[in-house]
Amino acid sequence: MVVNIPPVPQLGTGGEGTDMDVDLRQISKTFGAVHANVDINLSIPAGTIQGILGENGAGKSTLMKVLSGFIRADQGEILLDGRPVVIHSPADAIRFGVGMLHQDPLDFPPMKALDNFLVGQPGGVLPNRRKAVADLHELGSQFGFNIDPEAFVDSLTVGERQQLEIMRLLWLGARVFIFDEPTTGISALQKEILFATLKQLAEQGKTVIFVSHKLEDVEALCHQVAVLRQGYLVGEARRPYRVKKLVELMFGKEISVGERAPMRCDDVALSISSLDVEDYRLQVRNVDLEICAGEVIGLAGMEGSGQDLFLRACSGLVKPTGGKVILKNRNLTGKSYHVFKKNGVAFLPAARLEEGLASGMSLTEHFVLAEGSKQFFINWEKGRQLAQERITDFNIRGEPGSPVESLSGGNQQRALLALMRVPLSLLLLEHPTRGLDIESTIYIWSKLKARCKQEGTCIIFISSDLEEILQYSDRVLVFFTGKASPPMESWKLTRDMLGQLIGGKGWEYFKTGQGRSNA
Amino acid sequence: MPKRTVWLNILFQVAAVLLALGFTTLVLVMAGAPPLVAYQRIIYGSLSTFSRFTDVLVSWIPLMLTISGLLITFSAGLWNIGIEGQVTVGAVFTTLVIRLLMDTAVPDSLVIALSILAGVVGGALWALLAGALKTFGGVNEIFGGLGLNFVATALTIWLIFGPWKRPGVASMAGTEPFPAEFSLPLFPDLRLSPWSLAFGILAIVIVYFLLRGTHFGLKLKAIGRNMRAAFLLGIPTWQHMMLAFLLCGAFAGLAGALQVTAIYHRLIPSISSGYGFLGLLVGMLINYQAIWAAPVALFFAALNVGSIQLPLVLKLDSSFSGVLQGVLVLFVLMTEGLRQRLLGRGGLRLGRKNQGEK
Repeated sequence: MVVNIPPVPQLGTGGEGTDMDVDLRQISKTFGAVHANVDINLSIPAGTIQGILGENGAGKSTLMKVLSGFIRADQGEILLDGRPVVIHSPADAIRFGVGMLHQDPLDFPPMKALDNFLVGQPGGVLPNRRKAVADLHELGSQFGFNIDPEAFVDSLTVGERQQLEIMRLLWLGARVFIFDEPTTGISALQKEILFATLKQLAEQGKTVIFVSHKLEDVEALCHQVAVLRQGYLVGEARRPYRVKKLVELMFGKEISVGERAPMRCDDVALSISSLDVEDYRLQVRNVDLEICAGEVIGLAGMEGSGQDLFLRACSGLVKPTGGKVILKNRNLTGKSYHVFKKNGVAFLPAARLEEGLASGMSLTEHFVLAEGSKQFFINWEKGRQLAQERITDFNIRGEPGSPVESLSGGNQQRALLALMRVPLSLLLLEHPTRGLDIESTIYIWSKLKARCKQEGTCIIFISSDLEEILQYSDRVLVFFTGKASPPMESWKLTRDMLGQLIGGKGWEYFKTGQGRSNA
Repeated sequence: MPKRTVWLNILFQVAAVLLALGFTTLVLVMAGAPPLVAYQRIIYGSLSTFSRFTDVLVSWIPLMLTISGLLITFSAGLWNIGIEGQVTVGAVFTTLVIRLLMDTAVPDSLVIALSILAGVVGGALWALLAGALKTFGGVNEIFGGLGLNFVATALTIWLIFGPWKRPGVASMAGTEPFPAEFSLPLFPDLRLSPWSLAFGILAIVIVYFLLRGTHFGLKLKAIGRNMRAAFLLGIPTWQHMMLAFLLCGAFAGLAGALQVTAIYHRLIPSISSGYGFLGLLVGMLINYQAIWAAPVALFFAALNVGSIQLPLVLKLDSSFSGVLQGVLVLFVLMTEGLRQRLLGRGGLRLGRKNQGEK
């Protein structure tokens, strides 16, 4: 019989709950014709860090949502500590001791950290705020987190929001932690802290499930790994891993990364001089940059170090407070985004479904919109043809009539790229391959590089993935608390040098180079 | 869509109607009225004779106009609650122009045409005000519209009891009726005007094609679905939202103008007759699909007209039709929510089932 009485949650500073084994038996889930999970068996003993690997759409998130109560499986059962349980909702899951951290933190940005901490607490009309503050501090010191309970969540970084969420789940008595792509969008330093935390959780006997498509992360962290492909569990492995084998399991074939040719500059396409831009918390001062046609510039730095402001200033979305932006000999300084756009500038936001695509609208509708037209009536037949062409051209898995939200992340990103008009002078990208698998990443960069070559499009992109920066940029700018480094040729850089600069070390080296600074 | 899903959808909608009927029957029983007789009177009152059916059309026309307007603003993701005031101000502008021109040498038919045009302009201006409050003042259109509704009502009452009061006594009955030559021509022996009917039909046809087949309509849809993405795709968002307000207000103003020139022949305090709010209800009921607007609005209009019989025969207030209308919308929305829950449309990110459709 199914035991279905969740244990009473114990609020506290974590650690007192017993260890918990997790067993998934024959889990299947379909969405319409898509088999997201097929007959998946997986057992995870307490105290283990279990990696779940797989490319986008492999069924990782579905499996985790089943375990955390967001969706119900069509078939199969979940055993916690050998007892079959039915998990109806995320609230139910946390009562059983299963907590999930989502890729985009599910918190309340306009609320204070403390309120976020308290919000899922069951029972009690009047929360005991003083005790909560004390608990928050104690949990924080246990893991080396430092979060001000009075700070508003929208002022925290993604990494800090994760930390808050970990503490909240611990406080609610979670013994199983699911992390869905936790290393996307956080800095290298925060990743280190996160990994230390996960190891500490496992040492305390907690079960940690780490969902990722980054081999490197899984390798560094996980005791054992399960690989999903197209809804099936295709293999499991324990340490030490053979990376080649894992890649094969994930993709069914090996993938190699292409080589980069050195850049030759013929004409300056974009010239940025003494650019100042600021928002309420950060000032970026005095950035000078000249970009040649066809050049790729990578912007590195911890999230929120000023690279995002700089990129948005280059697109006209944020008005600079000083300096000049000149594109192909046209002074666009202070002009609006739509003027930039008319001059061949495109901006691809990181938040695809929030800023880039409109949920509920089909690919055809997007292409018709992006294409623009002087005519009053729409020629839908032509629109569908256009969509079909782009779908084939950009290898998007979807139909002209598919609503964009039904596409997987990688296909959404391809769709966004396909929406860009030709020809472009300047393409600005925020995290172009965040959350994508290797195959999609390579595909997208091959498309981008082709634009650079054929049309002379310049690209400026932000990434928190150092490999991506080193691999695809011709030159790199590092941002640190609003300071921008002079552009550096990427072939002269190493991962280590970049990491140090991002962390704020080695900047004195540039002092002489920044002749035009305010000082 | 698989066949099974289609049938299930129909089943849920039938269930909603039955639930609504059940609830209103309960209300009738509690009010001490025989339910079957009441329903019979409503059907009888709206459909028994040709002239009664044309009365239904008289009520259908303003409803069609407000729905047509609202489909535009809904499409852009805007809740134009202020539509009620836009109808009212349209009526005020129409009345103003007739009053100004009725004793001049301007031909009567031109006066009517100009007054209707003025109504359209008045409604559009009142809607633009709500739009401007939103765009430049950061006032949500729901609150702005609500406030402007009150202002519009107050304006009407002031006009009726102040500057435009009847010679002798001012009364809730409204301003002095205009001479018959300033009324839109009616079908013989009916209250229905062919002009109004044409306007009503034309409105929904125009809006249907505007939203479905034009770049403007597609842009509005994009703004409604995701304003940020629409902006990044190069659509001037606030300008389009203002245009949506303007067009909706124009349709509402036309409804107000027709209330004056084809029905009441004067300004009365409740000149909008709640058609704006009723339009919002119908809009929700049909899930903003233009194709369903005409039949559903016809049904609502029939309820309006049919329930006029109730006070005469059963001593029930005619506002009873409002109970049925409101309850119907609520139950349909509720069963739609239930359907999505039970049949598992899933969360946003899981909604893969639509893939491959079309």
